[in-house]
Amino acid sequence: MSETAEGSVVITHDVGLHARPSVKLTKLAKGFASTLEIAGAAQGPWIDAKSIVKVMAMRAKQDSTLFVRAAGADARAAVEAVIGLVRRDFDDTGDGH
Amino acid sequence: MGTSHQGIAASDGLFRGPVRRLGSARRERRGTGDAATERQALQQAIAHAVAGVTALMARVDGEAQDILGFQVAMLEDDALSAPALSTIDTGTPAHVAWSAALDGEISGYEASDDDYFRARAADLRDIRDRVLRHLAGGDAAGEATGAVLLGDDIAPTAFLETDWTAGGAIALLRGSATSHVAMLARARGVPMVTGLGELPARTAVLAVDGGRGAVLADPDSAQRAQFDAALEADTRARAREERFRLRPAVRRSGERIDILINVAGVGELDRIDHAACDGIGLMRSEFLFRDGAPLPGEETQYRAYRRFAEWAQGRPVTIRTLDIGGDKPVRGLTPEGESNPFLGLRGVRLTLAREDVFRTQLRALARAAVHGNLKVMLPMVTAPDELARSAALLDACVAELGAQGVACHRPPLGIMVEVPAAAVMPELFRGAAFFSIGSNDLTQYVTASSRDDARVAALNDPSHPAVTALIARVARFGREAGIPVSLCGDMASEPRHLPALLDAGLTSLSVAPARIARLKAAIAEL
Repeated sequence: MSETAEGSVVITHDVGLHARPSVKLTKLAKGFASTLEIAGAAQGPWIDAKSIVKVMAMRAKQDSTLFVRAAGADARAAVEAVIGLVRRDFDDTGDGH
Repeated sequence: MGTSHQGIAASDGLFRGPVRRLGSARRERRGTGDAATERQALQQAIAHAVAGVTALMARVDGEAQDILGFQVAMLEDDALSAPALSTIDTGTPAHVAWSAALDGEISGYEASDDDYFRARAADLRDIRDRVLRHLAGGDAAGEATGAVLLGDDIAPTAFLETDWTAGGAIALLRGSATSHVAMLARARGVPMVTGLGELPARTAVLAVDGGRGAVLADPDSAQRAQFDAALEADTRARAREERFRLRPAVRRSGERIDILINVAGVGELDRIDHAACDGIGLMRSEFLFRDGAPLPGEETQYRAYRRFAEWAQGRPVTIRTLDIGGDKPVRGLTPEGESNPFLGLRGVRLTLAREDVFRTQLRALARAAVHGNLKVMLPMVTAPDELARSAALLDACVAELGAQGVACHRPPLGIMVEVPAAAVMPELFRGAAFFSIGSNDLTQYVTASSRDDARVAALNDPSHPAVTALIARVARFGREAGIPVSLCGDMASEPRHLPALLDAGLTSLSVAPARIARLKAAIAEL
């Protein structure tokens, strides 16, 4: 039942993969059974999308491309979910005043 | 016998308690020498830190909650503790291993060329120190209550993180440039004294008299008894004042005075009884613009302003447009390297120079105005042209929204009278829908003295005849021209200044929520 999936998306969020987006991304990633990794380039280095320490350490900025890959039972859904979140600007309505 | 020390009064009230030194996170801790025990100690300290921050999240809102949510996520991530744990396995004590691991992370953030990432270094330091405090014996800042926080200065976050429900006070050795905290302290009713200079090195207990700006270090039993008697009298007086909280403020003559509140965040509204005030006299919109955070968009601002408008249920809500610069820098917005920021690009000067930022705010305000009795106030107005240009911009935003089919309403546009040029010649601003006297800045500019500098703070006196004469002048002109005048500085919450303000003919005052009862009680006597 194991599958692999990959994809990429351009980060359009104002400040890139910053604190609030990173919290959202890792929370979402943890909801999947598959291993889920992200990278700032197609050839890697790949890092664990479930670790906020590592996601923040990427310091991915606005307009950079985020590469996503997953392996496991729900790999495709996981990649789609991450790409969807980034496309929706992390659902960041900025309602965090 | 304890020694008495004079500083600057920053927030009223009396409190006596044990001293907790600010910024003394790196307390002594000795390793046990056993790797397994050290491992466990670190894991436990992290778990305690998570619990502490989570509890704190329940007490704050908005931006502060996001920052703490980020801290929790970092603390819960095994990748953060993994390097420290492997160092512990080589025989290093837990606190040394943790510090080294976090210092490595922190320098990574500090080295970033991106402001937003660099700003997170402060969060990492916070995480580091919080865990270190737990390692050293539990007593983490912000969790214990009933102490006097003592230090050179205190960060606004440190104030917010402290649970003040069981009392407490703040004693600072330096004149704090972050009078932001003094504002927060007054809003919460936490006694605070700044600019104490020096205190005996091993002071263990402090008795703080916020109103007099004085502290007593290690009082003996006679002094304690005397202080406690004063405290008791003060408590009785406050209880008496409390009876006035929900009543309208009425003078002996029967004249009614409107009492409005100054607020700086949405979260404050939950703690304020509706019936206690006649509206919001000053909403500081700066709280939406945090240093190091992205600028808030129109939608974010609209929602925030709308919440204030709806909370007030038809009573007036005066929202001041972005007032940054001076002592309130926001990276990317405020100019850097100004030789004299208080006389530089701040308030309306800055927003007029940054039309993109100003437009976004004005559009959000015009949209929120549909939901209540909202007014817009410009800070630091010096010349009539600034009011005219802002009004034209507001009109343009309203027209634009209308053309886009977005619901909006053109709110009345008034000005803060805080620059002496405006206070001397209020007749230059006939076009303003209202005047709100900002006594803090007015006093600072008229007396050419900063209240944050202990050496000149005595000159920074709002009861200086030059200041009160200007207030009377503005009030008189307002009456003649039919322009409503109110006062929203700290002066309004000091009962001793009340006679001068009422004599000047002011009938509308805006104060920190914590001062409502005292102010109404004092008005009833006059």
